[in-house]
Amino acid sequence: MSFDIDEQFSKMNEGDVLLAYKGSITAQLITNVLGVVETKLDHVIEKSITKKKIYNVLVESLQNLYHHVDDLPEEFNNDLDIHFGIFVVSMIDDRYEIRTGNFIKNDKIKSLKERLDKIKSLSKEELKELYKFVLNNQKFSDKGGGGLGLIDIARRTDGKVDYHFEDFNPDFSFFMLTIVI
Amino acid sequence: MESISIEGTPKTPTVDFNADTGIIEIKGRSIPENSIEFYRPLVEWLDDYSNNPQKLTTVNIQLEYFNTSSSKCILDVFKKLETIKKARNDVVINWYYEEDDEDMLEAGEDYESIIRIPFKMIEVVD
Repeated sequence: MSFDIDEQFSKMNEGDVLLAYKGSITAQLITNVLGVVETKLDHVIEKSITKKKIYNVLVESLQNLYHHVDDLPEEFNNDLDIHFGIFVVSMIDDRYEIRTGNFIKNDKIKSLKERLDKIKSLSKEELKELYKFVLNNQKFSDKGGGGLGLIDIARRTDGKVDYHFEDFNPDFSFFMLTIVI
Repeated sequence: MESISIEGTPKTPTVDFNADTGIIEIKGRSIPENSIEFYRPLVEWLDDYSNNPQKLTTVNIQLEYFNTSSSKCILDVFKKLETIKKARNDVVINWYYEEDDEDMLEAGEDYESIIRIPFKMIEVVD
């Protein structure tokens, strides 16, 4: 196997790490993590608006994981928890970074890439218009996502979103998203 | 008509919908993974209420956080209120946001530009 999860996870643990997680992404986990992060942020950040921004972006990025993680075939169940994902919240210099990682079916990569590249290319005003359009016109997907998560993150961070894909096997890749606040 | 009164949780807001006073309030946090489930009864209530609304319906939205899953449901709530207003009733929407919270103010402006009810933006100072 060319791609090693543990190695990837340690690489993501960059800077001053507030929280790092590797395992099943569940609704209960997200509730707990948000509670912990909120308490920590109260200690390290004075400005309530910065705290809010980080919290908002964290909610969206974790719930994106929750809605979009692809499960690997059963043969991997011994090694990895179901609904597997990883995320790290850290401080690098004076910025906060949220990194997430999850498996994705290879046939979905093209459209996700196109979506992300489009969102990254838009100005603040264009993002606002796109957000309003999707809000008003697009129905919820069967996964419960509204198609707004990435747009919302880009709006709040002025497009400071980066991504890459690592090959895993012929059917799956590992998708990593880095958000800078 | 029965009122709705729901206590807030870390992921869902405090809700008070009162048909007798015409006061409708959503406060706190709205960040559940699947918000449709939470908002469905609220939208249904408004459907009922729209059959026989008060002359003036006052809506107070004071959210600290809401996620994008909730944002669609909140729009559904506003669309019901728009129907009430179109039937020649008064509807006032008060959108509260914390001092300096530009993102929350802008979120209110986004809604205001989609639905045809003027919002009153109210800055809450600590």
